[in-house]
Amino acid sequence: MIDPNAKTVMEMQPAAGPAYAVEPVLMSVQDLRVWFELRRMGFGHVGDVHAVDGVSFDLHQGEAIAIVGESGCGKSSLMKTILGLHRPTSGQVLFDGVNVGKMTKEELKRYRSKVGYIQQDPYGAMAPFMNVERILEEPMIINGIRSREERLKRIRKALEEVKMFPVEEFLPKFPHMLSGGQQQRIVIARAMLLEPKLIVADEPVSMLDASVRVEILKLLRGLQEKHRLGVIYITHDLSTVRYFSQRILVMYAGKLVEQASVDDLLKHPSHPYTNALLAATSDPDAANAAVIRDLPPGEPPNLINPPAGCRFHPRCPHRIDGLCDQEIPPDFLPDAGHRVACWLFKEE
Amino acid sequence: MVDRPFLQVEDLVLHFRTTHGIVQAVDKVNFSLDRNQAVVILGESGCGKSSLAKAILRLLPRNVQKYTGRVFVSGKDVMKYTDEEFRKNVRWMLMSMVPQAAMNSLNPVLRIGDQVCEPFMNLTGSSKNDALAQARKMFRYVGVPEEFMQRYAFELSGGMRQRAAIAMALVTSPPLVILDEPTSALDVLTQANIFNVLKTLKRELEISYVLITHDIATSSELADIVAVMYAGQIVEINDASSFFVSPLHPYSRKLMDSVPRLRGDQEPDFIIGQPPSLLAPPGGCRFKDRCPARFAACDREPPMFQRDGHLVKCWLYQDVQEAVHD
Repeated sequence: MIDPNAKTVMEMQPAAGPAYAVEPVLMSVQDLRVWFELRRMGFGHVGDVHAVDGVSFDLHQGEAIAIVGESGCGKSSLMKTILGLHRPTSGQVLFDGVNVGKMTKEELKRYRSKVGYIQQDPYGAMAPFMNVERILEEPMIINGIRSREERLKRIRKALEEVKMFPVEEFLPKFPHMLSGGQQQRIVIARAMLLEPKLIVADEPVSMLDASVRVEILKLLRGLQEKHRLGVIYITHDLSTVRYFSQRILVMYAGKLVEQASVDDLLKHPSHPYTNALLAATSDPDAANAAVIRDLPPGEPPNLINPPAGCRFHPRCPHRIDGLCDQEIPPDFLPDAGHRVACWLFKEE
Repeated sequence: MVDRPFLQVEDLVLHFRTTHGIVQAVDKVNFSLDRNQAVVILGESGCGKSSLAKAILRLLPRNVQKYTGRVFVSGKDVMKYTDEEFRKNVRWMLMSMVPQAAMNSLNPVLRIGDQVCEPFMNLTGSSKNDALAQARKMFRYVGVPEEFMQRYAFELSGGMRQRAAIAMALVTSPPLVILDEPTSALDVLTQANIFNVLKTLKRELEISYVLITHDIATSSELADIVAVMYAGQIVEINDASSFFVSPLHPYSRKLMDSVPRLRGDQEPDFIIGQPPSLLAPPGGCRFKDRCPARFAACDREPPMFQRDGHLVKCWLYQDVQEAVHD
């Protein structure tokens, strides 16, 4: 019913992976809300920033999902809540059935050893005064691996896994002596050291050069498949998603607007916002220079006072007046495994 | 007078002095551009593409070691101008620049309208009211609501700030605008919106662009000509229509292969190794250590060879024609 822009998204190979749907659930996010209170002069409630507003999804063991959204859509708040850095305002994050938001400090520490975090800016994520060996040793010292031999053994293994050869040469180096791609490998090695079950990767390649990007994505995919890791890949770049994940969650203004397998979402994008994102993503093609792209007007809403009804309705070309601007759309299921929060898919 | 293209850069060299030695950031760069055309300078970080922009606009830091070559704009060699002549007659009058992270280059303590109209006021000697009227006109072109002129930079979103920076580059109606990574910090939709604005401006005001970027996919949104830069040198100059289908230089080919694509199903590839240091670039072809097609001749520096009107700095094209220049 929606013309998904002139170009057709052709047949493509999604990242290979296990039949994740039959795997047990590793992480379950249930009706999660993360609001930040706004105060005037330090006290007095003025309002809330509805950064994450009713997000639910399941991540199965060994499954890689991508959360796609623009800056300010709440994807970082969602990620930080998953990592246990923010407490949910309501709703819950269950990891192996345990509520992350209710964990004590000790429990959180143990939880974080099972969750690896790959930062966006590798240089900023490493202490500049520590060398590679020390950077990689740190998480093991904190998590009580007492034997230095055991630590060195693990460091060596982790560096080999991220293909930093010869290992000895890199151990004494400091972050500034490494290229961007090598820095990101160290960050990945660090995330893998404690043998996590889940990896949260926040835009892991956006700071890297084009020629290195693919190398890092392939490396991550190799590790994910080898260790059957759950991966949450957070990005704004749809073109890298299908080389890496099996399922895409599209987020807009604090809500998930569409969830589907990579294949399904790229071939049959349903939500008008997903369509707009796809239309705005260019492939190298000289014909691009001749077209003015048809894009939704305006900018994402302020999350202090998000629009009533569907949050995309002020920019939506398919808006149904009297419905989209008043009632929040629930998730509709146009196909099996495909969820869309859009009134256009309401069944008569 | 010889009939020259609108912009012609000849043997432009810009070297910097550092504590580690001399950085050969721009090393004998040649290219030209006609009116209402856009050239994209493609390259990875550290290849000297931003230095090239600075060299063309003479926005030089203090540690310049060597700055030579010729830059013709509308047939005049602007490299011969003194700094004061250059400031009065070239910068912002003939060409202006949207700097990298333009959104952070706005003055935080001035209202947007005031700073956008400032170059116009200074260079044309007009009154504040005329300058504001001119700024208002440019705001309409780039799609910023007029009332935003009263606001400060922090009150605008990233996309709006970027548009304001573009309006500022356009306020004196220069025929050439240099864009240094204009959308690298922006979201996909904002990025596409900015490119829509740039394309419209190109059509309506017949502006020429030099677009400097590492983002191959979005560069195709504007490009008429593509120049690929590697380790301080331009290694290929090609038409967009031919470049995005069949790039010539082995580096360009590898670069194109590394682009993840949304449509189409080829697996992207990556380039092994790292670009050489510009402190002591290797002799011969600078890409030879990473090149899959390397052979004996690569130890000597290749000249620019011509093939079907396109230029490529690679020995693989030697048999096709004599070198254009050394």
